[in-house]
Amino acid sequence: MKFKFWGVRGSIPTPGPTTVKYGGNTTCIEIRTNDNDLIILDAGTGIHALAQNLLREMPVQAHIFITHTHWDHIQGLPFFIPIFIPNNQITIYGGIDPVTNETINRALSVQLQYSYFPIREAQLNARIEYATVNPGVPVKAGSATITPIVLSHPVLNFGYRIDCDGQSIFFTGDYEPQLNIYDPEDDEYVEFQSFIDAKWDEVVLAMKDVDALIVDSSYTNEEYLSKQGWGHGTYDSGIKLAIAANAKKLFFTHHEPTRNDTSLDAIYQGLLQNNPETGCELLLAREGIDISL
Amino acid sequence: MLNAKNEKLLVLVEKMPAFPKSVQQVVQLTSDINASAKDIVRVIEYDPVMTVKVLKAINSSFYGLPQKITSVQKAVVHIGMNTIKNIALSVAAMGMLNANNQSNFNTADFLLHSLTTAAIGKILAERLGLSSSQCSDCFVAGLLHDFGKVVFAEFMPDDFKLALEKSKQQQLPLHQTELEFIGLTHAQAGKMLAEKWELSEELIDAIAYHHMLEPSQNVLRDCVFAANQVSKQMQFGDGGNPLIDDFPEAISARFGLSLSAMCEALGDLASVKAEAQSFINM
Repeated sequence: MKFKFWGVRGSIPTPGPTTVKYGGNTTCIEIRTNDNDLIILDAGTGIHALAQNLLREMPVQAHIFITHTHWDHIQGLPFFIPIFIPNNQITIYGGIDPVTNETINRALSVQLQYSYFPIREAQLNARIEYATVNPGVPVKAGSATITPIVLSHPVLNFGYRIDCDGQSIFFTGDYEPQLNIYDPEDDEYVEFQSFIDAKWDEVVLAMKDVDALIVDSSYTNEEYLSKQGWGHGTYDSGIKLAIAANAKKLFFTHHEPTRNDTSLDAIYQGLLQNNPETGCELLLAREGIDISL
Repeated sequence: MLNAKNEKLLVLVEKMPAFPKSVQQVVQLTSDINASAKDIVRVIEYDPVMTVKVLKAINSSFYGLPQKITSVQKAVVHIGMNTIKNIALSVAAMGMLNANNQSNFNTADFLLHSLTTAAIGKILAERLGLSSSQCSDCFVAGLLHDFGKVVFAEFMPDDFKLALEKSKQQQLPLHQTELEFIGLTHAQAGKMLAEKWELSEELIDAIAYHHMLEPSQNVLRDCVFAANQVSKQMQFGDGGNPLIDDFPEAISARFGLSLSAMCEALGDLASVKAEAQSFINM
């Protein structure tokens, strides 16, 4: 398997001279199996550049797995050019929202409305299918097996594990490890903590021994103090996961939109200095670089 | 049991509103960006309708969880606080239960009965030395044991009114007169709903058999049976049933006490009532 980041930014695109090194598009990851099956994780604005690249290999068969339906993970869908071209087959996978009971087809249909976009869903020429995935239930996409797990975020969010060719990748989507909502003196504190610990074990098991772990690491520890409950992880929470899961490579992504290349470089140097013996390679997600496992 | 009438009931219940105070509090807390998660969870935990909606969402086959989620707190850990908050908000958007429903069923008294049964059920579970998780389950079971009644009051007010009146006038068990006028007891209705919502087996069993006098293997059910009688004996609220059952042999054996001895052993439960009341009074 190999993969490439087409979007590494959280929340909103950040184009401009200060983000050219790491990139300014929102989340999109292209995965290729050894058989050249195409798996796309999330459809942030980065999917547009990926789509341009795919025009050389029409018709395409694409499996797009959406971690969650916040804008920065779906906004590129209407600009995924293969949806307009006949003979392409595109399957969009996602969950059922427990609040609205809506399935993943809404991620596209909600955007293809008169007020927001000039083309209607009925006018798309590719063959588009929607598939509901269930937590813990593996699905086959080409030669790969993808297993979803629910990870805590302000909306239903799946982490996806991709197994293929004897290798594995796990992407968290947006994920903030659950905090205890009670104070240590509350009666409920201990029991709630036991629920958290059990969930943590489940999460670590889902990403056990992966070759590449891609985590939402939006914040530094200092920033996190004022961002608790926003639904994002930190560099340190990512490292903690990687160590517990025995991941070989750890990629930090969902770069906070106000961070420029210089500040990311500085953070990276700090991470390397402070974490000399994690047992896994630490890397910042960067757009456009091919990564072979 | 799934005749057309029951099918209709299952559909109607989807639009079931919650209790006034919790609706008001959910709206208030979810409008405050600084509201604490534990305060919101507490409001949900003390409202049978909101609790049911959360458990229903998390236990739906979509999540395919290996074990049923039996508490709101566990649900928070699985799908996150914001989603739980938004489920509560979607329930709040359905309006609130009308205190002056056509069946003359006092929903505030009902809620006080349910909440005190829940709290007493938890105390009884603690007395039996059950795990903290089982004690929490007893609270949920007590909270939901009479859920069927509030469904009747909301969606079958005329028939339920007749059942309530006859039960009161002739001092008959309410579930007996429900069967006569509705064709279904609140326990059966509760079972049907709990099954549809894919709640845990023990919880379904506790709701279904909370009036059964025969022995049960389900300790959750026994705690609810006993707590229900204690709450009635203490005259905490009113679930509409004028009769109090003495502990049958199996229940006395389980707790080592008769109903009157248990009431005495539990001592002053005024704080239980007061806490429950704080979730009801506007």
